[in-house]
Amino acid sequence: MKRESARPKAPLSRWQGALPAHGDRDDLVVPCRRDRGRGFTDKRQRTALTEALSSLDQTPALVDPDERRGGTGTARFVLSKIGGALASLALVVVLGFFLFRTLPGDPVRFMVRDRPTDPKMMAELREQMGVDKPLLRQFWDYVVGLLQGDMGVSYLQRRPVFDMVGERLWPTILLVGSATVLAVLLGLWLGVRAGWRRGSRFDKVQTGLALTLWSVPQFWLGLMLLVASNGLFPSRGMHSPDVEPGFFSEGLDVLHHLVLPCVTLLVVFYAQYMLVMRSSLIGEMNSDYLTTARAKGLRDDLVRKRHAVPNALLPTVTLVFMQFGMVVSGAVSVEAVFSWPGLGQLLYEALRGPDLPVLQGVFVTLAGAVVLMNLLAELLYRVLDPRVRTA
Amino acid sequence: MVAVLAASAVATVPFVPVAAAQQQGKVLRVALTTGIDHLNPFTAQLAASTQVGRFNYEFLTLPSAEDTQPTGGVAESWKTSDDKLTWTFTIRQGMKWSDGKPVTAQDPAYTFQRMLDDENARTANGSYVTNFASVSAPDDKTLVIKTKAPQSSMTSLDVPIVPKHIWEPIKDLNAPSTDEMAVVGVGSGPYLLTEYKKNEFVKFKANKDYWRGAPKVDELQLLQFKDAEAAVNALKQGEVDVINRLTPTQFDALKGEKNITTNKAPGRRYNELIINFGVKNVLDQPIGDGNPILKDVRVRKAIAQAIDTETIVQKVMNGYGQPGTGVVPPIYKAYTWTPSDAEKVKFDIAAANATLDQAGYAKGADGIRVAPGGAKLEFRLAGHANRPFDQRTAQFVSGWLKDIGIGVKQELVSDDELDDRTTAGNYDLAISGYGTSPDPDYALSLNTCAGRPNAEGNGGSSSTFFCDPRYEDLYKKQLTEFDPAKRAELVKQAQAVLAGEYVDVILDYDNVLEAYRSDKFSSFTKQPQPDGAILEQSGYWGVYGATPADSAAGAEESGNTGLWIGIGAVVLVVLVGGGVLLGRRGKSADDRE
Repeated sequence: MKRESARPKAPLSRWQGALPAHGDRDDLVVPCRRDRGRGFTDKRQRTALTEALSSLDQTPALVDPDERRGGTGTARFVLSKIGGALASLALVVVLGFFLFRTLPGDPVRFMVRDRPTDPKMMAELREQMGVDKPLLRQFWDYVVGLLQGDMGVSYLQRRPVFDMVGERLWPTILLVGSATVLAVLLGLWLGVRAGWRRGSRFDKVQTGLALTLWSVPQFWLGLMLLVASNGLFPSRGMHSPDVEPGFFSEGLDVLHHLVLPCVTLLVVFYAQYMLVMRSSLIGEMNSDYLTTARAKGLRDDLVRKRHAVPNALLPTVTLVFMQFGMVVSGAVSVEAVFSWPGLGQLLYEALRGPDLPVLQGVFVTLAGAVVLMNLLAELLYRVLDPRVRTA
Repeated sequence: MVAVLAASAVATVPFVPVAAAQQQGKVLRVALTTGIDHLNPFTAQLAASTQVGRFNYEFLTLPSAEDTQPTGGVAESWKTSDDKLTWTFTIRQGMKWSDGKPVTAQDPAYTFQRMLDDENARTANGSYVTNFASVSAPDDKTLVIKTKAPQSSMTSLDVPIVPKHIWEPIKDLNAPSTDEMAVVGVGSGPYLLTEYKKNEFVKFKANKDYWRGAPKVDELQLLQFKDAEAAVNALKQGEVDVINRLTPTQFDALKGEKNITTNKAPGRRYNELIINFGVKNVLDQPIGDGNPILKDVRVRKAIAQAIDTETIVQKVMNGYGQPGTGVVPPIYKAYTWTPSDAEKVKFDIAAANATLDQAGYAKGADGIRVAPGGAKLEFRLAGHANRPFDQRTAQFVSGWLKDIGIGVKQELVSDDELDDRTTAGNYDLAISGYGTSPDPDYALSLNTCAGRPNAEGNGGSSSTFFCDPRYEDLYKKQLTEFDPAKRAELVKQAQAVLAGEYVDVILDYDNVLEAYRSDKFSSFTKQPQPDGAILEQSGYWGVYGATPADSAAGAEESGNTGLWIGIGAVVLVVLVGGGVLLGRRGKSADDRE
């Protein structure tokens, strides 16, 4: 029971604290297993270790962090995390339903606007859509449907929401996924370079550039890229209507369409990965185990690659998962500019109306993705950071 | 060297589709800035989807390109009985569905009967058949429709006629399969559906056997854009050929562009300022929280006198509109009401002040008038927060009303919020607007007693909550008057009655702003002629009449593309080369440290 208190903070609060990341990061000064056992020649270093460990609980300090702990502990941990995730999802479903009901607007009036309609038609529509039933009854229908994988039928499009979300999900995953992977790679690479040579011209230029791009509005950047590329890349959608059928030509066509939206997202989002990587590397810079490594005669880039970067990577990995939700929401405006047929577009369209079943469907899907990413981050963190395991 | 080769290979391959596409002159690419929900004409409700149905299927009759008066489609001619309750349509012979089967009277009969029997078939166009008593096809040449009460819109039924042999076996019209080519691929319109990529584009091929003659282009593409600026950019770069729904700013920016022709046409939309005159629901119970001072018709008249519609057209619409009079826009000439000198409300601040003075609303110390009971003449003015028209109009109206001693509190809110407020009667003044149909019935029906909401606040379709026995009488008469001239007279009188009560001020009629590539297309069939719109017509005339220009611009296009491929290659080389160099420098720097 005592061990509970020693468990490091949940990842969510962790990365928020990681951005300034200069002083109060004693937990990361602790050498990880790569350095453990290499011997502590320096007295100062040994003291630091003792101090760091004493801030943890005494008992786990005696446990070898490398030892894989018994199955029951891990299973309990995983199960409790999954349980928590499910509870969050349930809350999302309830909140999503009642929150969207408070939106102003009458979908039936919106649908029949500017078209000849009589009151009888409107009553018929209301009955078809089920909005004439009491609220709690609607909620019950919604939950029962959801458990059976039925998200209801769109008010405006009269199509199953499940299908609508499904056909939009893959374009968004493609766009957000490719942009995230590239942004992480670019951000980490630049962050490591900039952090390692802190204060150099490279550092100053790259940090300044990243911060500038980070503050650029995405839709504006997207439009500028569209104008600047002058027809080199298609300006809408994911497919061209003129492409010959065939796996290769269609694949190339999708890639061709992907360039501009992906670059727009990437350029705006790589900054945070870079800055976190940079600051967490700087946090490691003066660590004694690096001095040890250098004393062993290792080349500078080996010190960086083998010792500093792996330890500095932890907050960035957490950030990648935590930021997934942010990137998805950032995709809304990029999808709009490039008419990318993704979830962001669907959400935007559904807000007019309002098309409640679609709003709920997208909301549950996006929130589900974030919850899933959180869960993965917590599980992965346990793998990456031995101290979480011992706690 | 390797880098150069690799870069040019990368640069060339993906750009081929765009370059190749630009060289075919016979494809018409239309930018859609609204969504498509279904291709199934029974369930397609969004504006763009109803256009798809119009291209793919012929109508029974449809508004002509020349003057929007009914002209023959599937029906060659039609007549009505003396009691105006039985309509007999003679079906055109020789028309074929695209699968080769003949079009007969059974097809329209089936289409309307399905709408009567199946509520899902009424989703899109149900209002046209609510008054039908029966539909029958005594032989393949004759269609007979009986109505419960006389219905004047019988010659402009905006319902695509579908092939009976394809649709009869389909039980569920909401099934996703009804949007597939096996079903909607069989049509009779000028263009036939060939491909639909959801949320992206719709493709048609020209119907070579179309009864009016094959279109002059081979392929029609409707490409969806979610962002209007991106669509404008695509037009400039030749990625699309026609675009509509432009804002005045976009339209002005396109005016000087090379190879682009702009088209300003009268629109079907009117904007209005509605005045809460003490609104009631359909049971005549007062609803909402409107300011009771507005129940005084003299106050409403003064407000109408203080609004300068000419300035709104010039300053708010950049001149792209016409000053408003009645609820039927001037695009439908026959039914447009032009007020006589006596009926006309002229913009006259002095006269408005005089009206209020005579009515006993004296100005207070702060310049705001006070009603006899002591209440100030201060009104809320609601509008759409996201519409530039509302934002600027609200400024002008506030200024004018201040000049006549009326205080205005502007409340610009979201569309849905505004809709909630106006439906519930919770407003004093509000900016609103409607798009109208060729048949004046819809525009007039927006102000009938029956259009008001019920006791629960639902079912309303009224724009003003107007309910006046004289107007009701004229409305009912025009519905059963089949002499066009007499009907037009009744429609105009009804508009005059509405205007005389000052429950709304028609501010302006928006122009339709469109643009097309004149290097690819020389002309389109406009509706009405000669100054009408190309897209979103009542019918298919615009795209059906598209005439490709002599393709002389092709060479220039490809030269341009080649240039850009070259530039792309150079940029890539610089990037790759720079990256390699930088990497090397980085490495050596690391080693040095």
